[in-house]
Amino acid sequence: MKIQEADAKGLLLAQGLPVPGWTVARTAGEARSAAESILAAGADRVVIKAQVLVGGRGKAGGVKLAGSADEAEAVASAILGMSIKGITVRKVLVAAAADIVKEFYLSAVLDRAARRILLMGSAEGGVEIEQVAAERPDAIVTVHAHPHLGLADWQARDLAFRMGLGGQLKAAVAIAKGLVRTMHAYDADLVEINPLAIVREPGEGTIVEKLVCLDAKVTLDDSALPRHPELEALRDPDEEDPADALARAAGLTFIRLDGSIGCMVNGAGLAMTTMDLVKRAGGEPANFLDIGGGAKADRVAAAMGLILADPKVKAILVNIFGGITRGDEVARGLIEARAQQVRDVPMVVRIVGTNAAEAAELLRAARFVTAATLDEAAAKAVAAAASPGSGA
Amino acid sequence: MSILVGRETRLLVQGITGREGEFHARAMQAYGTQIVAGMTPGKGGQRALDGSVPVFDTVAAAVRETGANASCIFVPAGGAPDAVLEAVASGIGTIFCITEGIPALDMVPVVEAVRLAGARLVGPNCPGATSPGRAKVGIIPGSVHREGDVGVVSRSGTLTYEAVQAMTDAGIGQSTCVGIGGDPIIGTTFLDVLRLFADDPETRALVLIGEIGGAAEEEAAAWAAEHLADIPKAAFIAGRTAPEGKRMGHAGAIISGGSGTAASKVAALEAAGFRVAGSPTEIPGLLRAAGYRR
Repeated sequence: MKIQEADAKGLLLAQGLPVPGWTVARTAGEARSAAESILAAGADRVVIKAQVLVGGRGKAGGVKLAGSADEAEAVASAILGMSIKGITVRKVLVAAAADIVKEFYLSAVLDRAARRILLMGSAEGGVEIEQVAAERPDAIVTVHAHPHLGLADWQARDLAFRMGLGGQLKAAVAIAKGLVRTMHAYDADLVEINPLAIVREPGEGTIVEKLVCLDAKVTLDDSALPRHPELEALRDPDEEDPADALARAAGLTFIRLDGSIGCMVNGAGLAMTTMDLVKRAGGEPANFLDIGGGAKADRVAAAMGLILADPKVKAILVNIFGGITRGDEVARGLIEARAQQVRDVPMVVRIVGTNAAEAAELLRAARFVTAATLDEAAAKAVAAAASPGSGA
Repeated sequence: MSILVGRETRLLVQGITGREGEFHARAMQAYGTQIVAGMTPGKGGQRALDGSVPVFDTVAAAVRETGANASCIFVPAGGAPDAVLEAVASGIGTIFCITEGIPALDMVPVVEAVRLAGARLVGPNCPGATSPGRAKVGIIPGSVHREGDVGVVSRSGTLTYEAVQAMTDAGIGQSTCVGIGGDPIIGTTFLDVLRLFADDPETRALVLIGEIGGAAEEEAAAWAAEHLADIPKAAFIAGRTAPEGKRMGHAGAIISGGSGTAASKVAALEAAGFRVAGSPTEIPGLLRAAGYRR
């Protein structure tokens, strides 16, 4: 699960990391009053940042500075309602604009190949790390946390020196260790600070330099959410397709796509393969849908409801390879779902494996269009979508 | 011969009294797998599978009393990492963890413990392995198989059944089929399985079924080019049409920034001498085109 920058900063702060204060505003008026307080507290300018779960906010014009309350209101007004990669901005983060001396990059990520937490740092912060990785891989330094002992102080120091953060050693070590702590505390699979920055701040009669987290990106491991019920509140309903919430409640994995052929499959790998074969047969999949293992009639009916709710769907392809899942259960679910179907959409069904013979009998009696192989099923579904009414 | 599971397998089922554990233990036994013990804490002394299998409170007791040398875990996600650790500590050499939904960070210290003990963990979130005609461990339907000499390794469950069924229908049998699991942190990789197949004299061809995301297929392909150069090889990669940045159910199947794309995997496999299928049904034909005769 992805969470907003402001929420990610909250998690980092709770783990003791240095994150300058911020306010979240949903209206230009709220942004104005937030800016007023920040400016009154001595800041020269405020930064206003769109809160959306997609990258590239800055390039899209979703991050702007303002020097007065009036300007903050105008800027917030422009950003709120703006569309960034198809997502409408509904919230902005308002914070004091930092006086940046130098920007760095630091992240902790689950390294699947090494099966450990990887810390990745760079003296080239504030730009996309993928770009740095592609153009100047030497500019990225890495270290793995030990799977049993975690990140040792010496490893964090070594990383800091290699990043050119020797002048901020204590702070850098604390932040590196804090990222690993944050990973564990919330079961994150990514905690990214970009930029991590040395900033100038007024201290006691003088200017001091500090290392702080100016941005934060955290993604949470969906499998661990059941043991962090408090994090469920960070799910952003504004950016979630309502179908996603329905799918989650029904125990389905569903991703909406742009095509016209609805797919219902058991198993993620087979679901992707089914999409690939639809495309190969000349069609476009309308969704990825994995009904999971051991699905019963009710889950099948819920899946059918989700598919049919998409008006773009012109044909449905059901592909079930029964293992734990029983074919006859799926067939019953399909028959039940079709009885309640409000829209007449042709359906091609292929059920093999456990109880496939019983399923075939049920489907034949209910006059479903069936297919023996996956390739045949894909071809029939594509043909049915091309000429509605001729399928089933 | 075969790899990972065979006639010598003396299987312990952890979680045998649960619904899933019992159902699949029964299917494994019906297939011919020697199930020597079950284990559920607090149910020691009972007997499972119509009285044919003794149940123990601890893995250590099961090993001591029955000589179990492999384990299949059907324990829910909250307890599965601990179940793996108990199996490792009790000297079980080969552990299959079927459980899905285990938080990834829970597996990080566990796979390290497995590595330090010199044991082998397959999974989690995997369908297990079958050596047709000998034994099956896990949840792959026994009916899809046929005895033979093609080694199959896959990241997914039902897609494996699909591909293996296509082989069986075409008269091509398997030495062992291994599902390594779709989770981000798994105990056994494609490369690990290829090494085992390379040492198995009865495996004379290879089928690799991968997915978008990560670089494990590419890594395995590079190794196969060098060490499995002279046997017929076919592959299939799922997710050619998956949009970037979206997670397709399997936590592993996420692509970003061009790495781990279907195109990069197909290119790596083809460069390594694999014939890459556009559909699982093409695998038998490609194996034959690559020189497989049987």
